[in-house]
Amino acid sequence: MRKAGALGAAAVFLIAAALVSALVGAANLNPLATAAALADKIPFIRLPTSLSAVDQAVLFQIRLPRIVAGALVGALLSVAGAGYQGVFRNPLVDSGMLGASAGAGLGATIAIVYLGGAGPSAVPAAAFVGSLAGVAIASLAGAASAARGPVSSGTATLLLAGVAVGLFLTAVQTFILERSTQVLQQVYAWLLGSLSGASWQQVASILPYAAVAVAVILLHGRHLDVLAVGDEEARTLGMRPALVRGIVVAACTLAAASAVAVSGLIGFVGIIVPHVARRLSGPSYRTVLPLSLLSGAGFLVLADTLARTVLSPAELPIGVVTALVGSPAFIWVLKGTRPVNV
Amino acid sequence: MTAFTARELTVALDRTPVLSGVTCAAAAGGWLALIGPNGAGKSTLIRAAAGLVPYQGEILLDGVDVRSMRARERARLIAYVPQEPVLPPDMTVEQYVLLGRTPHLSYLGSPGRHDRARAAAALERLDVARFAARRLARMSGGERQRVVLARALAAEPGVLLLDEPTSMLDVGRQQQVLELVDGLRAGSGLTVVSALHDLTAAGQYADQLVMLHGGRVAAYGPAADVLTAELIQAVYAARVTVTAGPDGRPVVAPLRRAADGGPC
Repeated sequence: MRKAGALGAAAVFLIAAALVSALVGAANLNPLATAAALADKIPFIRLPTSLSAVDQAVLFQIRLPRIVAGALVGALLSVAGAGYQGVFRNPLVDSGMLGASAGAGLGATIAIVYLGGAGPSAVPAAAFVGSLAGVAIASLAGAASAARGPVSSGTATLLLAGVAVGLFLTAVQTFILERSTQVLQQVYAWLLGSLSGASWQQVASILPYAAVAVAVILLHGRHLDVLAVGDEEARTLGMRPALVRGIVVAACTLAAASAVAVSGLIGFVGIIVPHVARRLSGPSYRTVLPLSLLSGAGFLVLADTLARTVLSPAELPIGVVTALVGSPAFIWVLKGTRPVNV
Repeated sequence: MTAFTARELTVALDRTPVLSGVTCAAAAGGWLALIGPNGAGKSTLIRAAAGLVPYQGEILLDGVDVRSMRARERARLIAYVPQEPVLPPDMTVEQYVLLGRTPHLSYLGSPGRHDRARAAAALERLDVARFAARRLARMSGGERQRVVLARALAAEPGVLLLDEPTSMLDVGRQQQVLELVDGLRAGSGLTVVSALHDLTAAGQYADQLVMLHGGRVAAYGPAADVLTAELIQAVYAARVTVTAGPDGRPVVAPLRRAADGGPC
């Protein structure tokens, strides 16, 4: 019942965050009319709304796609982080440690510097591909070195390979940037993450990948629980740890790459949200995964609301908000609850 | 009831032979103890039987080669308790014991009412049901041993592989664990294969003993044939006397060197 309670609370948190985000901003929307306009979109519910046509456009074409994109990105980053942490039995792992962020950064940089005229979808597409490629290279390098060492060192080798590949890709990116300083600001704006360009079209373009990735991750909660007793004991329970690890890492990487394509790099979410989820619900990934999904979505919607309102009309990079708000909140959580091991 | 046989088992780790042509067997519902000095290959034999190290030769369950079985099928028949099991500290006892049902679940399946009932029965059986909601980190050493055995039992295996189950325990706890395992063996017809370092305990509980030395079988048979002063002297380079205990089973006692030659 603890599971149902935690999931219910996270769902309420997400809905509340979305409502707050829908109401806050430069255009002052009437709360009741906004709620009615939103409820009207729910199938089988018909509600008249007093919202003006302009306000409706603000709500449905500007705020709502951004809220949905934020929720999607937060959910993807958080569930992917939880998945990586389960696979590697390490609460500090996220996509960044496997070369995904560096690959995305390099991809986006190449797109901005060399493919400037290729249209607005070039950067997200390049970041998506770069992110997948980063993890693929790290996995191949890790597998090649692990094949020569003792089996038990496989996960550590993969993480080390990920860090090395990440450093290499970041160096290549810096090299490219040094030769094209006129796009520095554009690249750094992208690297710090933003949802300011969110559109329904963008949401729709990543939705298929996101749906597949999330479904696969959620179906492996039980396997991650078995992996918690170590590869050896998992094998004697009839499981194939290497297979499970490969599937979950691939799905988490697809999720993280989809998120990166929408928002650029947003750090930290993939580590703090699963950690808080673990503290709330215990270590079982059958709960931690869906709980991370819901609470990560709510968390990022709130963070983005702050990002676009605090310095309004200017915007803060959302990565700055997640770190500024997230770090103290995280330390408060660390202080207030008993220690958790994965 | 499952009979266990290792036939001509040969294992090399990093090209170094660790086991060479070891043959031994446990009757269905019997207890086979592996004894021998450190590094003799006891753990390796257990790990080979658990499918954790590659081997040549055969592991047979009721005459069927486990190589012909799928991983889950084999895991349903053989439960393995390592010397130092990994106990995720925040997992509850109940969640941990339920992991023992893994071999009975399909890839995308999740534990159902039957699996929960089996896990609950294993908790009852090992007298840890009252700790079901407790975190593993809060269990004492003896309780943990019971919880690990409960997880193994939840799979309803035919063969229980135990790698040095008592190496960290005092004599009282050691006896409790061995009695417990013996009760499970007698009660559910489990076949037990265990590495044991305490020779007297091995002689007390096991009906067959294999003494390994440098990866080969030095002696194999009932306790009275294997636990002799001469063999122990030859294999362990230890001076012992072997006497018959009150139940007729051998008692192995180490001897200090003669007083005149010893340190003062």
